[in-house]
Amino acid sequence: MNVQQIVDRFELKVAGGGGGLARTVQGGYCGDLLSDVMANAPAGCVWLTVQGHQNIVAVAVLREIAAVVITGDRPPDPDTLQKADQENIPILQWGRSAFELAGELYALGVGRLAPA
Amino acid sequence: MPSEWADLRRPEPARRESRALLKDLTADLHVHTCLSPCADWEMSPRKIIRRCRELGLDVIAVCDHNSAENADAVMREGLRHGVCVLPGLEICSREEVHLLALFDGLGPALAMQKLVYANLSGENRPEIFGHQIVATDDDEVLAECPRRLIGAAGLALEAIVRATHDLRGLSLAAHVDRPAYGIIQQLGFIPAGLDLDGVEVSWRMSPAAARTAFPAIGPLPCLTSSDAHALEDIGRACTVLRIAAPTLTEIGWALQGLYGRGLVT
Repeated sequence: MNVQQIVDRFELKVAGGGGGLARTVQGGYCGDLLSDVMANAPAGCVWLTVQGHQNIVAVAVLREIAAVVITGDRPPDPDTLQKADQENIPILQWGRSAFELAGELYALGVGRLAPA
Repeated sequence: MPSEWADLRRPEPARRESRALLKDLTADLHVHTCLSPCADWEMSPRKIIRRCRELGLDVIAVCDHNSAENADAVMREGLRHGVCVLPGLEICSREEVHLLALFDGLGPALAMQKLVYANLSGENRPEIFGHQIVATDDDEVLAECPRRLIGAAGLALEAIVRATHDLRGLSLAAHVDRPAYGIIQQLGFIPAGLDLDGVEVSWRMSPAAARTAFPAIGPLPCLTSSDAHALEDIGRACTVLRIAAPTLTEIGWALQGLYGRGLVT
């Protein structure tokens, strides 16, 4: 699955970084503490957060994150979108809570643990 | 003998009560340098001080992210040109809240830096986060700081405030009106019992407007500063301090409104 397919399926708004929509999604992560995400987010994941600060793009580049979804209808900062366009990191927006979208993505198989 | 000298020779309580020596000093207590990964390359000691002179700033504090490695160079350059430079840090706590720690001298600032560094992990990736230039007072590149200064120190807010006070510094919650790294946004409110000396609001609003917009500020003293990451942003917000001298004791009195000291609005 790639980022574009997730955008289409959940009607996410693409706020920036549209050049990265073909990236493959290999998992998911939720987190609003950037230090936690910087330490633990898996490569290729779609990251759900309420943070809209430009540092999310740097964290996404560092962890090779496929796309960032800003949840709860929060707006990204203008600087964030500029950086996202430069780095081709899709910045997506979702109007409801991270919990709901994470549940939907998990049901689709995104980031699901391999059966023991 | 000039009258001020006679004033200084009076016993301490009388001197404190005296308002004759008070002056209004324009202060920008939150200025970054080229050491901060997100700041402009142009934020070098000489250029910062030149800009302060152009703007007529009396006092600045150098507060880079999690570091005071450029404070010395800016202090030296400030001394040459009549700008008082206080050393400080903008520390990112475990909760990802930014706190300003201001000090009178380099020693305590570097002691604070040592504590922060001991709790800061990771290496900087300049291509992602930006360069971290340690400069000389001649604007030469001395070194590049290898630590990941953009990160959060593994220190709780309370521990940072306590350590700042142990080193006789002042502890202020930075840009409390901001959604990113501001204490009110990160924690929902300012914890009761957190022994802050005050809060800073960003250039985007006045302290008076911030008190209305953010009731969580409560009775805490409130000042404003530029949080400049670029030369043109220095002084975009300032606080006028009515104090006798730009020392932390005096600034502390001004925050508390003691002995005639205060923040001029």
